[in-house]
Amino acid sequence: MASFRSRGHDSPPNRGQSCRWGGTGGRGGTPQTPGRATPPAQRQHWHRHRPPLHPGAWWLWALSLGTAATRTTNPLLLALLITVSAYVVATRRPHAPWSRSYGAFVKLALAVLLVRLAFAVLLGSPIPGTHVLVHLPEVPLPHWAQGIRLGGKVTAEALVFALYDALRLATLLICVGAANALANPSRLLKSLPGALYELGVAVVVALTFAPHLIADVQRLRAARRLRGRHDSGVRGLLQVGLPVLEGALERSVALAAAMDARGYGRTAAVPPAVRRATAALTLGGLLGVCAGTYGLLTAEGGAYGLPVLLAGVAAALGGLRLGGRRTLRTRYRPDPWGARAWLVTASGVAVAALLTLAASRDPAALHPGVVPLVAPALPLWPAAAVLIGLLPALVTPAPEPTDPRKEPTT
Amino acid sequence: MIRFENVSVTYDGMAEPAVHGVDFEVPEGELVLLVGPSGVGKSTVLGAVSGLVPHFTGGTLHGRVTVAGRDTRTHKPRELADVVGTVGQDPLSHFVTDTVEDELAYGMESLGLPPDVMRRRVEETLDLLGLAGLRDRPIATLSGGQRQRVAIGSVLTPHPRVLVLDEPTSALDPAAAEEVLAVLQRLVHDLGTTVLLAEHRLERVVQYADRVALLPGPGERPWLGGPSEVMAVSPVCPPVVDLGRLAGWSPLPLTVRDARRAAGPLRDRLAGGRPPAREPGPPAPAPAARRLFPRGKPAAPAPAHVAEVRSLAVRRDRVQALRHVDLTVAPGETIALMGRNGAGKSTLLSALVGLVVPSSGSVRTGDAVPHRTRPRDLVRRVGLVPQEPRDLLYADTVAAECAAADGDAGAEPGTCRALLTELLPSVADETHPRDLSEGQRLTLALAVVLTARPPLLLLDEPTRGLDYAAKARLVTILRGLAAEGHAIVMATHDVELAAELAHRVVLLAEGEVIADGPAAEVVVASPSFAPQVAKILAPQQWLTVSQVREALDR
Repeated sequence: MASFRSRGHDSPPNRGQSCRWGGTGGRGGTPQTPGRATPPAQRQHWHRHRPPLHPGAWWLWALSLGTAATRTTNPLLLALLITVSAYVVATRRPHAPWSRSYGAFVKLALAVLLVRLAFAVLLGSPIPGTHVLVHLPEVPLPHWAQGIRLGGKVTAEALVFALYDALRLATLLICVGAANALANPSRLLKSLPGALYELGVAVVVALTFAPHLIADVQRLRAARRLRGRHDSGVRGLLQVGLPVLEGALERSVALAAAMDARGYGRTAAVPPAVRRATAALTLGGLLGVCAGTYGLLTAEGGAYGLPVLLAGVAAALGGLRLGGRRTLRTRYRPDPWGARAWLVTASGVAVAALLTLAASRDPAALHPGVVPLVAPALPLWPAAAVLIGLLPALVTPAPEPTDPRKEPTT
Repeated sequence: MIRFENVSVTYDGMAEPAVHGVDFEVPEGELVLLVGPSGVGKSTVLGAVSGLVPHFTGGTLHGRVTVAGRDTRTHKPRELADVVGTVGQDPLSHFVTDTVEDELAYGMESLGLPPDVMRRRVEETLDLLGLAGLRDRPIATLSGGQRQRVAIGSVLTPHPRVLVLDEPTSALDPAAAEEVLAVLQRLVHDLGTTVLLAEHRLERVVQYADRVALLPGPGERPWLGGPSEVMAVSPVCPPVVDLGRLAGWSPLPLTVRDARRAAGPLRDRLAGGRPPAREPGPPAPAPAARRLFPRGKPAAPAPAHVAEVRSLAVRRDRVQALRHVDLTVAPGETIALMGRNGAGKSTLLSALVGLVVPSSGSVRTGDAVPHRTRPRDLVRRVGLVPQEPRDLLYADTVAAECAAADGDAGAEPGTCRALLTELLPSVADETHPRDLSEGQRLTLALAVVLTARPPLLLLDEPTRGLDYAAKARLVTILRGLAAEGHAIVMATHDVELAAELAHRVVLLAEGEVIADGPAAEVVVASPSFAPQVAKILAPQQWLTVSQVREALDR
């Protein structure tokens, strides 16, 4: 940073340009007043004075909330969890393409809810109930389909049970959606260990390809309209399929050429001994993980299961670390795992831990009964624990407002 | 720095070599321009420098290419990545990451540079290319010129000694092209980078070149020389050179400034004359004996306008793409829509064919409201050739494409093929549309669109990727169509094309019409949209070399 600050070569034509583009770039809602001219170095500093949170922290936070959701079926607590995650998403979601996925996850969660309820209505449920809401005509099924019921009476208990159950899954999905919206997937992949770097690049390229494919489909459907054909319907979509795939293939070949020319896949010379050790460690480690898991899951192997699993994990990690020596690659501005990341992770973990504790201490409050039907009550302490999950909305930097005006139209 | 020793390249399955007898040397710190018609192997020569030819593309390379002392036979592209930076034709397919800053760092990460060096170079490159304001922007939201600069920046950060560029300004508007060229100029002058670039739009780049390598035809030996000596004999040349050759100026000027200084006598000779006023073609197609596009229908009382746009506004993805646009198009009239990338030209064309729905205002083409008309009916009123003509083509052969076009348009079988034969006699039925050259593909798409005989023809960036010969053919075709009474609206960055063809020029900026008037008045008044001839001969309103030639012959 020091060397950069001393540089200060911002020649006049250049400054004019950066001003011009900066104006349309739309970072920062506070326009710089000309009277308060900041030197270049300081201005750069102003750009990124609060680095974005490590994406891993967001994922841990969201997964912890999801874990907490699996500990309870209390709809009030689940609703509170959804509200907490939604609030954090609403206040901290950056203006980026990937963060629009939250809406898709919410829709998916709703769909799950509806499908589960529909099944409960149509297929009945093993929950014994007395409050019959409606009698559906029952379809007689042959004897080999015993145990399956189609239609019949629909009880309030069965519906409520299905609702609680589905709400839990929906909450989990919404939490995953929150992680997707808050954390930049490509930055998360950048944090992969060096040996997995090429895998990470493959995923990043795939992620950036998806929007291109969608744009291609739109363009080609427009072109169908120009030819005087109908652009809607499944047939229209199928007919543009081949050109879209062709375009995608051509683009990937061009990208592969560009990546090759930019040094992708350069490897360092590694002594054969290290290479062999890497292979042995990785393979042995994976075998150990398999054996250890098997041991843990079977009744007899309880004694050796855990140590073998741990040894396997350690060996595999060692293999990854050694394998990283083959790649020359260095990392540009890796996301720091700072105090904020710790706080965000801790807030999520705390929610999960406290709800787990509450579930074992007071199962009745976290799993309100459905037979007999009772109104769920909001248990005070678990609810307070869930509110800890709001911490990220306070400690993380707000997303930079963007100016939606300047975007290319093509 | 770059040394070709008797290089020839033959691709797999080809009988003839793509390039042959390439033997020249590019010294350190020079900007060398590679010129020649389409399909003479410019991209192959460029690819051989970065090692992509033949390591990536396949084929056989005879002879030897050395870059900074490294032989490309023994060094793969990735091992040349620290000395050669390559930017291909389409910057979008060059990007690996999704934000500007990460993209600039990507190449250095692959090379394994230490983090502090990377940080410093990213900041320097952001400043050098004027990208500091865009550092966190997703690449997908950048304009064409910005993308091109990011692509150049992304190969500059590893500090390559050679920069190889394939058509860096072809897709850009004049101002964005100036920006990119200013950057190149700066690299050559300040950093001593060796630059090798290929470009069709010579009027933009030839004055920056230290030397020019001319590939006169397929398989012919390239010829390297000073810009003015090569331009004196080159089959492709910018208007300023064409004018210089016509007037017999020596030494041949390459810049507008030099040409102006030599143009005094020519201006005097032309002083009496005036360029012929361009009148739109006949309002209704006259039933002449021989016509390029015979019409069966008797001439109905033609409407006064083939298209009418009234206070049109369009919003797309929260972006106000157009606001209060008024435009009327008369039959036989040729209109050039100009303006920088993202000014709303393509959106206006899309609105005219009903691809976008106006958020307010009205659009009518003939008697139809485009976005409420069935596609089958609309093709008879208006036809659009999109920016990428290939989008319009689905079939495996030219013949199948023509048959499909007849079906789509409800025309008699053979109509499209007859049109195509008239426009482009040399294309065989069995050719795959992908194997056609850019110009041929454009003509095929044009024939497909014209099969339905729309009175209004729209073209989006028709000259992108065309060389001067293909462009001249296109101009002839479009002139013929306009004379037939077709109204033509084209969105273009190519000021020379607009000068050749347009009766009217409409300038767009930020979605608004900022100028609308006769071509000569509008383009001459604007420094960035004036063609070279107009700049040289100002204040006289000559726009093209052919106008001057005719005036001198009279």
